[in-house]
Amino acid sequence: MAELLQQLINGLSLGAIYALIALGYTMVYGVLRFINFAHSDVFMVGAFVGWYAVNQWRIPSGTILSGLLVLGLAMGVCALLGVTIEKLAYKPLRNRSTLTVLITAIGVSLLLQNAGQKVFGANPKAYPALFPTSQFHFAGVMVSSNQLVVLVVTILLLGGLHFVVHHTKIGTAMRAVSFNATAASLVGIHIDGVISFTFALGSALAGAGGVLYAINYPSIDPFMGTMPGLKAFVAAVLGGIGNLPGAALGGLLIGLVETFVSGTRASTFRDAIAFAILILILLLRPAGLLGKLRVEKV
Amino acid sequence: MAALLQLDQITIRFGGLTAVSEVTATVQTGELVGLIGPNGAGKTTVFNMITGVYQPSGGRIQFRGRSTAGLRPFEITELGIARTFQNIRLFPSLSVFDNVRVAFHLHLKHAAIHSLSRGPKFHAEEEELREATLGLLKIFNLERVQNEPAKSLPYGDQRRLEIIRALATRPQLLLLDEPAAGMNPAEKVELMRLIQFIRDQFQLAILLVEHDMKVVMGVCQRIHVLEYGRKIAEGTPQQIRANPAVIAAYLGQESTAA
Amino acid sequence: MLPRSQILLLASLILAGVVSAFSGNMDTYFLDVAMGVGISVVLASSLNLINGFTGQFSLGHAGFMAVGAYTSAMITTTLGPKFGWSQLGLQWVLFPASLLVGGLLSALAGLAVGAPSLRLKGDYLAIVTLGFGEIIKVVLQNVEAVGGARGLVAVPGHTNLFWTFGTAALTVYVVWALMNSTYGRGFLAVADDEVAAEAMGLNTTRYKIIAFAVGSFFAGIAGGLYAHLKGYLNPTGFDFNKSIEIVIMVILGGMGKHVGVIVAAVVLTAVQEPLRQLGDWRMILYALILILLMILRPQGLFVWPLWTKKTT
Repeated sequence: MAELLQQLINGLSLGAIYALIALGYTMVYGVLRFINFAHSDVFMVGAFVGWYAVNQWRIPSGTILSGLLVLGLAMGVCALLGVTIEKLAYKPLRNRSTLTVLITAIGVSLLLQNAGQKVFGANPKAYPALFPTSQFHFAGVMVSSNQLVVLVVTILLLGGLHFVVHHTKIGTAMRAVSFNATAASLVGIHIDGVISFTFALGSALAGAGGVLYAINYPSIDPFMGTMPGLKAFVAAVLGGIGNLPGAALGGLLIGLVETFVSGTRASTFRDAIAFAILILILLLRPAGLLGKLRVEKV
Repeated sequence: MAALLQLDQITIRFGGLTAVSEVTATVQTGELVGLIGPNGAGKTTVFNMITGVYQPSGGRIQFRGRSTAGLRPFEITELGIARTFQNIRLFPSLSVFDNVRVAFHLHLKHAAIHSLSRGPKFHAEEEELREATLGLLKIFNLERVQNEPAKSLPYGDQRRLEIIRALATRPQLLLLDEPAAGMNPAEKVELMRLIQFIRDQFQLAILLVEHDMKVVMGVCQRIHVLEYGRKIAEGTPQQIRANPAVIAAYLGQESTAA
Repeated sequence: MLPRSQILLLASLILAGVVSAFSGNMDTYFLDVAMGVGISVVLASSLNLINGFTGQFSLGHAGFMAVGAYTSAMITTTLGPKFGWSQLGLQWVLFPASLLVGGLLSALAGLAVGAPSLRLKGDYLAIVTLGFGEIIKVVLQNVEAVGGARGLVAVPGHTNLFWTFGTAALTVYVVWALMNSTYGRGFLAVADDEVAAEAMGLNTTRYKIIAFAVGSFFAGIAGGLYAHLKGYLNPTGFDFNKSIEIVIMVILGGMGKHVGVIVAAVVLTAVQEPLRQLGDWRMILYALILILLMILRPQGLFVWPLWTKKTT
C-alpha cells in the first residue's frame, strides 16, 4: 500500500511537469494548427536559465524566495524566446502547408539543441539546489520538498492559466482564435497579437517545467528536452489536442503510467511506453479523452 | 422500376445540430434532378452523405438497389457515382491531362507491379487510356491546354475540367455541386447546354445542387427543395415555381428568383 | 525490345559491376564515400516516395533502416560461419539474400506502422513514425541477442560498389516507374487532395500503404548495405538525427522530384566528411538551411524547370 502511494506521488510530480509542457503544445496547436516541435527545446532552455542564474549570474539559491525568483526568470526568458521564434521562423509561413511549418519547427528544434550544445557545452551539468531541500516521511512514504515544490507551483500556474484564459480579454481572444481564426479576425481580433501571446504563455510554462524538471533530476544537457517533450506531446494528444484541461489530465496520466512501468521489470522500455500509448489513442479515440473531433469541411 | 438513387429518410447530426432531417428523395435512371434551397439548407451535406464523405446518422441510401451504408467514398465511386465540389478540388500539381487520366483509375486492369515490368500489355493499356483521356478533353475543347498545370486554368475551365474528371470514372449518376457559381450570364447559358449535352452523350443521371434558379429551372426535370435540412417540396419546375411554401422559404428572399 | 527505362537500368547495373570489378586499386577513402553516396541515394529516393510523391510525412526512416540492417547482419554473422558460406564463395548468395530478407522484414514493419496510422494527417503521422523509430531503438538496445546497447560487431564487409550502386539504380528505377504510369499518378493525386482522390475512386489508404511498404523495403536494404559497409551496428546510429538527415536530403532536393533528390543525396553525403570538420557547427548549419529553405524556397534547391514532371 505504501509502495503504491509512493509511486502515485512520484508519478504525479513527474506528470505535473509533463502537464506544464503539454499545455504549450496544445495552446499553439489551438491557434495555429501545427505541432511546435521546438517547444521541447524551449523547455531545455528554461532549465539552463536556472543553472546560469545560480552559477553565473550569482543569484543566491536555497531559499523559497530565491527559488521562485529563478523560476520567474526562466519563465520570462522562455516567453521571450518563444515569441522570438514565432516572429522569425513561423510568422513568414502563415497560410503555408502544415508540412512546411512542421519542417521549419524541426529546424528550429535542431538549431536550439545544437546551438545549445555550442553555448552550454555538451557535457551534462549538475543542477544546483534552487529550493531548500528536505524530506518528509509519513506512513512509509517519502516525499521530497522538491516534489512538493513541483506540485504546488504547477497547481498555482494552472490556476493562473485558467484565470487568464477564461477571465481576461486576451484569454477570450485566444479562445476565439482557436475556435475560428477567420471569424475572430473579422470581429477585429488582432490575430498576430494573440499568437504572440499564446507563444509567450506556452513558452513560459515550458520554462517553468524545465526548472522544475531539473531540480528533480541530477543533471541537465542541451538534448534533455527531446524525451520529456515527446511525452508531453503524447499527453496533449491523449487529453485531446487543443483542449487545455485535457493537456493537464494527459500529462498526469502519462507521468503516472511511466512511473508505474518504471517500477516493474519492463522499466527499460519506459521510453517506448509513451509512443505505444500514442499509437493506441490515435487508433481508438483520435480526438483524445476530452477533445472533440473536427469534421473536415468538403 | 426501382429508382437509380433512393434516399430514404436520411438524417445527419453534427453534435447537437441536425443538419439534414429525414430527407426522402429519388433520382431515376437518366433523369436530370435539381436540389435547391437557401444557404445552409443542407444541400452539400446531402451530397456528402451520398458520396460517403459523411455517414448518415439515420435513414438509408440505396444506389441501384444496393445500400451504400459503411462504404468508403472510393467504393461508392466504384458503384457508379461521381461528383464535383462546390469549391473546386482539382489536383493542383498535376497537369490537365493527368487530372483526367488519374480518374480512369477504376477501369485499369494493371496495377503497381505492371508499372515496374512495363510489358507490352501495360503499354497498350496506357496508350488506350491516353486516347480516352484526349477524347474526353477534345469533347470539351481542353486538349490545347492538356500539359498545363490544372491550377493555371481560368476559373470556368477549371469547373469544366472537374466535370470531365468526374466523367472519366464512367458514372451512372453525376452529382454537380453548384457548377454555375462564379459564372457570368453568358457562361451560365453555356453551362446549361453543357449539362444537357453530358446527360445525353454519356447517358447518365444528374443530380444538380445549384443556387441559380435560372439554371435549375432551365435544365431540371424534377426539383427537390430543402430548407433548414428538411425537404419542403418536390415537383416539376412549374410546380415548384407555384408552390407557396417554396416561395415563402426561398424565392421570396432571392432577388435572382425567376 | 525492352523499354528505354529498363535498358537504362540494365546499363547502370552493368556499369556498377564493371566499376566494382576494378575498384581494387581505388583509394579506400574515396571508395567509402562513394558507397556511402550510393546508400544515401537509396534512402533518399525511397523516402521521397513516401514524403514527396505521396505527400505523407515519415520521420522514422532510420527505424526502418535499422530493421533491415540488424536482420541482414544477423543472417550473415550467424549463418555465414555456420555453413562455411564464405569459404565456398557463397557470400554472393547469402549476402543478397540477407539484404532481401532485411528489406522484406522492414517492409512488414512499414505495413505494421502504416496500416493503423495512415488515417492520420501530416503532423500526427510524423510523430507516430518518429515514435516508431524510437521504439525500434529502445527494443534493439534491450535485446541481448543482437548485442543490446553495445551493438553488433564483426559484421563481414560484403558491401561493394556493385551492390550499393546496383541497389541505388534499382530504387530510382522503381520509384520512377511507379510514378510514370496511370496507376502511379494516383500517388500524386493522393498527395494533392485526398478527398478529391477518394471521390475519383482511388483507394487512398492502399496507395499510402504501398508507398510505405515500398519505401521501407528499400530503407531496409539500405540498412543491410550500411551494416556490411561499416562492419558494426549500434542502436543509437539509427536515431532521430539519422532520420532527419534523410528528410533534409529529400527537402533540399525538392519533395517529389526524382533528379533533385538524387543530387541532394549525392552532394550532402559527399560533403559530409569535410563538413565533419566543422564539428558542432555542422548541425547548426543544417538547421539554418532547413529553416531558410522552408521560408524562402520550399520547392527545394536542386530544382529547375528542366526537371519538372512531364506527361509520359
